[in-house]
Amino acid sequence: MIRILVSPAPIDVGAEMTLAEGASGAGAVATFTGLVRADAGVAGDVDVLELEHYPGATEAALAALAREATVRWQLGAATIVHRVGPMRPGERIVFVAAAAPHRGAALDACAYLIDRLKTDAPFWKREIRGATAAWVEARDADSTAADRWS
Amino acid sequence: MAIRMLYFAWVRERVGTGEELVDPPADVTTVAALIDWLATRSAGHADALAERGRLRAAVDQAFVTPDAAITGAREVAIFPPVTGG
Repeated sequence: MIRILVSPAPIDVGAEMTLAEGASGAGAVATFTGLVRADAGVAGDVDVLELEHYPGATEAALAALAREATVRWQLGAATIVHRVGPMRPGERIVFVAAAAPHRGAALDACAYLIDRLKTDAPFWKREIRGATAAWVEARDADSTAADRWS
Repeated sequence: MAIRMLYFAWVRERVGTGEELVDPPADVTTVAALIDWLATRSAGHADALAERGRLRAAVDQAFVTPDAAITGAREVAIFPPVTGG
């Protein structure tokens, strides 16, 4: 099962877990949940984080990652749910799940999906602090994390 | 043939629109040449496209490098490095 969802709705982790656990042959499910950080800066804490994406291309990029992981680790399920639009610190921004027969494959596939998502999927973050809005810059550490899987 | 241009994040903001139809001359055959040509369209385009090293592109929704051909392309997107997850 490959499940890709890009939506402004809050992420329902329980429902996504149930779907991943229902995958055929699943003996292990590894998940990653990313939360909006307040990230105190010189301009103070983040009030709102806005996520922009490239409709169509984003879903295609995520589906390609899920297919690659499914083949590489023989997954029963690969799930990527990413929220877009405005959200607040503490809210879920991304959820990834990988279901496999055993934990090693599930854990590795889960890490692969979130590492590659960071560099391969067209999303852009903008942080709003009071009256100030700033686009988040890409981090070299994300490219390094993604490269370890090649 | 007209190309549907898409801009995202700060590129969109500086250009002043997220989408436009353009009809570049026949000698504009690569993404890099297209960006050079687009930069002459307005002050906003010039500002958005000034730092070539900070731009990424997709042709018909496939991520490409600046030397990629745009021959026959229907949709080209220009955007900053991605920051999802």
